Amino acid sequence: MSASHITKKLAVLLGLFSVPGIALADYALNMTQGITAISQDIYDLHQLVMWICTIAGILVFSVMIYSLINHRKSKGAVAAQFHESATVEVIWTVIPLIVLVAIAIPATTTLLEIEDSSKSDVTIQVTGWQWKWQYEYRDVEGLSFFSNLAKDSNEARQLGADPSLLTKANEYLLDVDEPIVVPVNKKVRLLLTSNDVLHAWWVPALAVKRDTIPGYINESHFTATKTGTYRGQCAELCGKDHGFMPIVVKVVEQGEYDAWIKSKTAAIAAAAGDSNKTFTQAELMKRGEEVYKASCAACHGAEGQGGGPFPPLKGSPVATTGTVEEHLKVIIAGKGIMPPFGPQLNDADVAAVTTFERNAWGNGTGDTVQPAAAKAAR
Amino acid sequence: MSDAPTGIKRWLFTTNHKDIGSMYLWFSFIMLFVGGAMAMVIRAELFEPGMQVVNPNFFNMMTTLHGLIMVFGAIMPAMVGFANWQVPLMIGAPDMALPRMNNWSFWILPFAATMLVAPMFMGGDFMAGQGPAFGWTFYEPLSGQYDKLAFFIFAVHLLGFSSIMGSINIIATILNMRAPGMTLMKMPLFVWTWLITAFLLIAVMPVLAGAVTMMLTDKYFGTSFFDAAGGGDPVLFQHVFWFFGHPEVYIMILPAFGIVSQIIPTFARKPLFGYASMVYATAAIAFLSFIVWAHHMFTVGMPAAGELYFMYATVMIAVPTAVKVFNWTATMWKGSMTFETPMLWAIAFVFMFTIGGFTGLMLGVAPVDFQYHDTYFVVAHFHYVLVTGALYAIIAGVYYWLPKWTGNMYDEKLGKLHFWISTISVNVLFFPQHFLGLAGMPRRIPDYALQFAEFNKMSSYGAFVFGASQLLFLYIIIKCIKGGEKATDQVWEDAKGLEWEVPSPAPYHTFATPPEVK
Repeated sequence: MSASHITKKLAVLLGLFSVPGIALADYALNMTQGITAISQDIYDLHQLVMWICTIAGILVFSVMIYSLINHRKSKGAVAAQFHESATVEVIWTVIPLIVLVAIAIPATTTLLEIEDSSKSDVTIQVTGWQWKWQYEYRDVEGLSFFSNLAKDSNEARQLGADPSLLTKANEYLLDVDEPIVVPVNKKVRLLLTSNDVLHAWWVPALAVKRDTIPGYINESHFTATKTGTYRGQCAELCGKDHGFMPIVVKVVEQGEYDAWIKSKTAAIAAAAGDSNKTFTQAELMKRGEEVYKASCAACHGAEGQGGGPFPPLKGSPVATTGTVEEHLKVIIAGKGIMPPFGPQLNDADVAAVTTFERNAWGNGTGDTVQPAAAKAAR
Repeated sequence: MSDAPTGIKRWLFTTNHKDIGSMYLWFSFIMLFVGGAMAMVIRAELFEPGMQVVNPNFFNMMTTLHGLIMVFGAIMPAMVGFANWQVPLMIGAPDMALPRMNNWSFWILPFAATMLVAPMFMGGDFMAGQGPAFGWTFYEPLSGQYDKLAFFIFAVHLLGFSSIMGSINIIATILNMRAPGMTLMKMPLFVWTWLITAFLLIAVMPVLAGAVTMMLTDKYFGTSFFDAAGGGDPVLFQHVFWFFGHPEVYIMILPAFGIVSQIIPTFARKPLFGYASMVYATAAIAFLSFIVWAHHMFTVGMPAAGELYFMYATVMIAVPTAVKVFNWTATMWKGSMTFETPMLWAIAFVFMFTIGGFTGLMLGVAPVDFQYHDTYFVVAHFHYVLVTGALYAIIAGVYYWLPKWTGNMYDEKLGKLHFWISTISVNVLFFPQHFLGLAGMPRRIPDYALQFAEFNKMSSYGAFVFGASQLLFLYIIIKCIKGGEKATDQVWEDAKGLEWEVPSPAPYHTFATPPEVK
């Protein structure tokens, strides 16, 4: 750690160092009302309970404050010696009970609405991965993709990154490369599961927060009533990059939705076509570097140096003396806590990142791995 | 006691409840600073958007160890320290019922704490974060990915042994060693709350031990309790954990209720209002604590019927809790109050614990919890009940009994200064976190979107001041131990109870002949 880095940390600790240009007025004090009927119900219920608590608080605190001001020895107060009263005690046990019943009735209605996922129009399977989301449209053949933290946010969130990147990034930490798109006024059913550890899919405006559990499928649903872009985050600690797997939902008109389905499905099919091509080493290195940054650098480090439980790739036997087949196998199938990347990357991406790892940071094997080899290794 | 060992041997071999109580309290104080230092790292990283201080894994390790150390290292041992010092003094017993076990249950703790934090310093790059980084709730399967899990598991086992032995000791002492004439319903409320807490501990620590043992066999011996691929269920872990975890939060707060129930009558110069209903409310809270655990897990996808049940049962806790707050208020009502430092902390406890209670009620309403769950709203809630609740009661208790323990009065001016700095800063620290949570900031994230910047910065400023003000507390305690105005036996004008009838400082051995309670 360099001296200047330490100075900078100290400056941060002392509050002397300020991220320039962050003047923010759009903070919120209260829960969002959201864009679904249920989110509105939840908001109303929140307001109800909050006001009940506020009024109860004002009443109790007023009595206490009155007492603190008036019943003090310095004012000559003489202590009364009463210490029980059955009447009073029964009254203040019963009143909270009645208030609780008043809260429980609307809460029950709303809860039952939340748990009713029947009669849906669109079904999307959401799979949590460390640390990204996978979306599969169950009604559309071949429409499945991964959604990662947007590239500009990912660069800005690195330790010690230039602070000006924070404001340059679009919606810092709340933007993704591939948002999901849903039609407005249609009931969207979510099937939620996980590939590795627990995650929770949460978009406040939709009032959906549901854990994704490996080996189990949870259900939830929403009916968005307003078009627009809505953002959320993973809400269950899922390891190192838990804070960096946002969710973006685009709610659009039905026509726009249909067009998106068409173009997205075509794009996925086109990308798969790269499996049959042959690339030059330079092309593979360039593509591989991008894939590495997006999918590998979070654990293995920007310079392949590793960190904590994640082994370095620089000089690692797998990426140097080991065979290409072994290397491909680790990437495709995963190893230990490393998730399988086979489902996330197409053959060309796997080939490119393998080529990159075998040649970058002085690994220098000179190997060129083509998509055909990746395809064969699956 | 001329043949009593001196120096280090006195502390290693002591079976004296006062020595052991002091060791518990000092241990807890050290842990408070260790856990507090970790909180400072957390707040420094969250001071501004962007990553400036530590990497995400290190940050997760800080939140994990901060939680574990504060719960198991600071709050619980402090309460046991109070029990050791005060229970025999308050019931007129010469010592704890099982003094050698008492020694053992303390001396396990430093080793357990060492085992918990040691992995931080093992192997490789310290700044990469080698310690546990899966949250204090150590949910599977994330915790199962940790390569030094065995250290964590054995640390939890040791902490459990210590707690269970401590609890057995407290129950045995209270049930068998009360002075003649002290019936159960004449016991000071602090003794009552600890009796109930001790039963809670004995009931739930083995459940925690079961949970970590299942983790151990899953990780190292090929079982699949929490792994769906082998026929297990990750959610089972959460059910088992919270069956321990929910009573655990009452384990931390019930003795705090007891301390506050001792202090308020003393400085209001008026008997505690509704003593019997306080005892019943404590027992009711303890009972309810066993049947509400899944309100921590509303989002895991339980059936609607399960969610409804856990919601109804949870909001019921508001009733006995409200009774307690009303009783404290009624105790102050028409009293003749003075505001020495312990009273200030106790009053602040009542106000701020109530705020934490309100947010607890809000969190219990299941449909709304879908929005609150795992956000800073939850962080604000449990810090209001644990910091301005449990910790405030601990600090109040230290000021209250310190003159009895040391024979000297603490510096009243500094005590009040400590109170005001802490109370202002702690609200600057935690109140804005409600807004952050409502606005959508998840907990346990090392960095955040820009709209959360203002309140995070405010919260961090509060944290730095609150952290620093506890150094003043340390100074006040050391100053008091070294000297100061001599305390009378009764210490406080209207203090009532057996502990105020022995000299100040309390002699090494008290109540060799049991006092008579009328």
